[in-house]
Amino acid sequence: MRIGRVLRDPLPWLAAALVALAAGMTSLRPLFAILFPDLQWPVYDQDSFLALLAAHVWLVAVSSGLAVVVGVAAGVFVTRPAGRDFRFLFDTLFAASQTIPPVAVLALMVPILGYDARPAVIALMLYGLLPVAQNTVAGLESVPAALTQAAHGMGMTGSQTLVHLELPLAAGAIVAGIRTCVIVNTGTATIASTAGVKTLGLPIIVGLAGGNIAYVVQGAILVGLLAVVLDFGFDRLEFLLQAGGRTRQRDGSGP
Amino acid sequence: MQALLLAVAVTGATSLGFVGHAKNRLLSGAPVGFGGAAEMSGAVAPVLLVAASGLVLAVVPVLRRPASYWLVPPAAGGVIAGLSWIAGRCADAFAASSPAMARTSLGAGYWLVVACALLAVADAAGRLRLRALPALLAGAVAVLPLAVLIAAGATDQLSIMREYVGQRAAFLAALLRHAELVVSAIIPAALIGIPLGIAAHRRERTARIVFPALNIVQTIPSLALFGLLLAPLSRLAEAVPTLGRIGIGGVGPAPAVIALVLYALLPIVRNTAAGLASVPAGVREAARAMGMSRRQALWQVEAPLALPLVLAGVRIAAVQAVGLASVAALIGAGGLGAIMFQGLFADALDLVLLGAVPVVLLAIVVDGLMKALAAASQPAPA
Amino acid sequence: MITFDGVSKLYGETKAVDGLSLAVQPGEMLMLIGASGSGKSTALKLANRLEDCSMGTIRLDGDDIGRMQVETLRRRMGYAIQSVGLFPHWTVARNIATVPRLLGWPRAKILDRIRELLVLVQLDPDPDRIAERFPHQLSGGQQQRVGVARALAADPDVLLMDEPFGALDPITRGVLQTELLRIHRRTGKTIMFVTHDVNEALTLGTRIALLDRGRLVQVGTPLELLTMPATAFVREFLGGDDYGLKLLAVEPVSSRVRAGEIAPGAPVAGSVSLRHALSEMVSRRTDCLAVVDGAGVPLGVVRLTDLIRA
Repeated sequence: MRIGRVLRDPLPWLAAALVALAAGMTSLRPLFAILFPDLQWPVYDQDSFLALLAAHVWLVAVSSGLAVVVGVAAGVFVTRPAGRDFRFLFDTLFAASQTIPPVAVLALMVPILGYDARPAVIALMLYGLLPVAQNTVAGLESVPAALTQAAHGMGMTGSQTLVHLELPLAAGAIVAGIRTCVIVNTGTATIASTAGVKTLGLPIIVGLAGGNIAYVVQGAILVGLLAVVLDFGFDRLEFLLQAGGRTRQRDGSGP
Repeated sequence: MQALLLAVAVTGATSLGFVGHAKNRLLSGAPVGFGGAAEMSGAVAPVLLVAASGLVLAVVPVLRRPASYWLVPPAAGGVIAGLSWIAGRCADAFAASSPAMARTSLGAGYWLVVACALLAVADAAGRLRLRALPALLAGAVAVLPLAVLIAAGATDQLSIMREYVGQRAAFLAALLRHAELVVSAIIPAALIGIPLGIAAHRRERTARIVFPALNIVQTIPSLALFGLLLAPLSRLAEAVPTLGRIGIGGVGPAPAVIALVLYALLPIVRNTAAGLASVPAGVREAARAMGMSRRQALWQVEAPLALPLVLAGVRIAAVQAVGLASVAALIGAGGLGAIMFQGLFADALDLVLLGAVPVVLLAIVVDGLMKALAAASQPAPA
Repeated sequence: MITFDGVSKLYGETKAVDGLSLAVQPGEMLMLIGASGSGKSTALKLANRLEDCSMGTIRLDGDDIGRMQVETLRRRMGYAIQSVGLFPHWTVARNIATVPRLLGWPRAKILDRIRELLVLVQLDPDPDRIAERFPHQLSGGQQQRVGVARALAADPDVLLMDEPFGALDPITRGVLQTELLRIHRRTGKTIMFVTHDVNEALTLGTRIALLDRGRLVQVGTPLELLTMPATAFVREFLGGDDYGLKLLAVEPVSSRVRAGEIAPGAPVAGSVSLRHALSEMVSRRTDCLAVVDGAGVPLGVVRLTDLIRA
């Protein structure tokens, strides 16, 4: 029963809950008033939660989108004969940046570029490049050499092989990389509020600054829910892409 | 390829501001180019050092002799030290002729060249196929001349050093607190995570509960998790005042440590289970068939063989914790993040750097040390 | 030594072993053969309780193994498998010492035993050099020799072997088969050996037990199974295209020699099989070979016509 399966799927419920909560947070004022009796303003109302949610999603989407474009391009380039020389640099760059926390990238961008969304987008993009590029390389390299040779043997050009053979086979790994990028960016975008950027982290920051735990909880629940929804969504996407019948391991990591 | 690095470095050095001078901390500085800074520094030696080291770095890739890459770390050290020396002397010159509030900070040009130099060292370490500890030492060699300069006071007038001096006690306290946060998270995480990983490996049902739960935890943004733990913990502290006195409360390190433990669990549990699964089936069968009890088989055979992956999991968790602990500053847990965010709120780049650079260095050191530990635990060379 | 009494093993509804009743005599090398899925490996694993019987009893020297502590039972048996399963993080010496250490032998005794075993399995004239190597530094054949040594280390009553030579190349396999025969003669151990290779069974076995879908079809000496197959299945399984050659392979030349006669050409030893003699005759284009004993003393001749005598 298709409908039954859709109803039992947690993803649409969680997404609906997210939007509903964002839209209706202010109507929960009585609830928060009971939970936090000593607070004068139990619900954050300096911005609409829905607007914050939209801004957060927009920030993550734009930065991740840029990261995907640059990251996949870089990953493709490094695996082509022309880019072989850069492989070393690539590996060292990315091994080195594993150790740099995303917070640091953000914190460094802001004083240089100012206090608006632009440095946040750049910082998120830079940090999101890593998983996308690394996974693109890993995915492309996992294509058996025998297949690419067969393709060349059949008369396909390099770019045809890339588009019709290698990228589709690497798609699963690339999507896994995009997933990591998006999830990390969602987290870092939260912290971008310290620079005044409007995201779901703003209630948390404002709440922490002013000792208002209710604000903190509201922001935290929404952004946590957002992250979980995005993660489940990508999980579903990866599952759909794995039509080749490869199995997922128990710990959730795929091939 | 290294030519690219070189080209980037040189263009950066010449076109971007090398140092910046401003009247006070709040104003952004007027950039001073490399040429101007060199002139102001008034000494030939550092310039020669930079030129000579730069020449070495440029020549090494052309030589195409693998052994020549050993020259890269000291040469990079020379470039870094030389540039810092020039910047320091330039700052000294400024300080002599400007009011006390004026600051001379390091510009983008400087950082770009330093980054390129460090990348060259990492690249050389890769080409020489150095293991963890030697690679770390190579990095240390590149940084050592700079350390000597700093100790000798040659860079004292640079704004970042002045910030450090101004914040020295706070800085050391923050560094210590940061390390404390990481250690007090990783140890419980290992103590809980490793047995959990063993259980997940043994029983499918346990794995089906544990891994999705930990995955969800990992997905939640760190700030959100810190925040979500605040509320119940502060309630707890109100209800049971003794907890508050021993430091477990809403604000402070408690929610941070708990959250850090939760984040550290996934890499450790996942790698423990994977490590145990990596033991070849024949080996496992032989162990049982020879009459080892379950515990003997685990301790004597499976654990040593799973150890590399387990240690890798702890390493990943530790490096991740170093980064996450920076965010914990926002909930009052202290640590280097506090300095970073202080700089962010005050729009003082130097302060941000004072917080961020040690965090990165700490992560690199932790990563390198744990890699060396893992390598040392391996029985025989392949 | 080991008796299977109406033993069955069920996996869900499937009977992997079905009513197996078999007595393994002390000192014999019993080959368990059959096709894939015939239950031969399962039967072996029932003997050291890597699997537990669903029905029936298995006795070791009269004691019900189901009542013993499983680790004690296993330490009394040697176990060698196809993938060898040497512990990669231990040296050869430490691998061999596994069960003696579990049994708490004194250190000196263990060291002596290791040396003795390495000589027995003919690993390197200087056993000490091999002893400190790690498994990944040895060849496949060397690893399997260490596996056998490890199985024999605590001087077990019984040796269980599950297709130990299956993963080796044919030449190494042949060498190790000869080695095992020699070791069996030297030590007189009781061995249960699982294989799907009929030739291996015919070469090594004192007796052969043929299984089909978990049931014992026939048990007997190689010659018995070849000449008096109980069913068509036995005949087909053991026979095949070279049934006649297999018959020749299980008899030594000395059983057909005509004493007192002489023949030209290089002699063959009386201990080699009739098949080897046939091969020699064909390659030398003669129908008569001189036969000598182990010391080179002439025994007589063997003729081509003797090979096809009843």
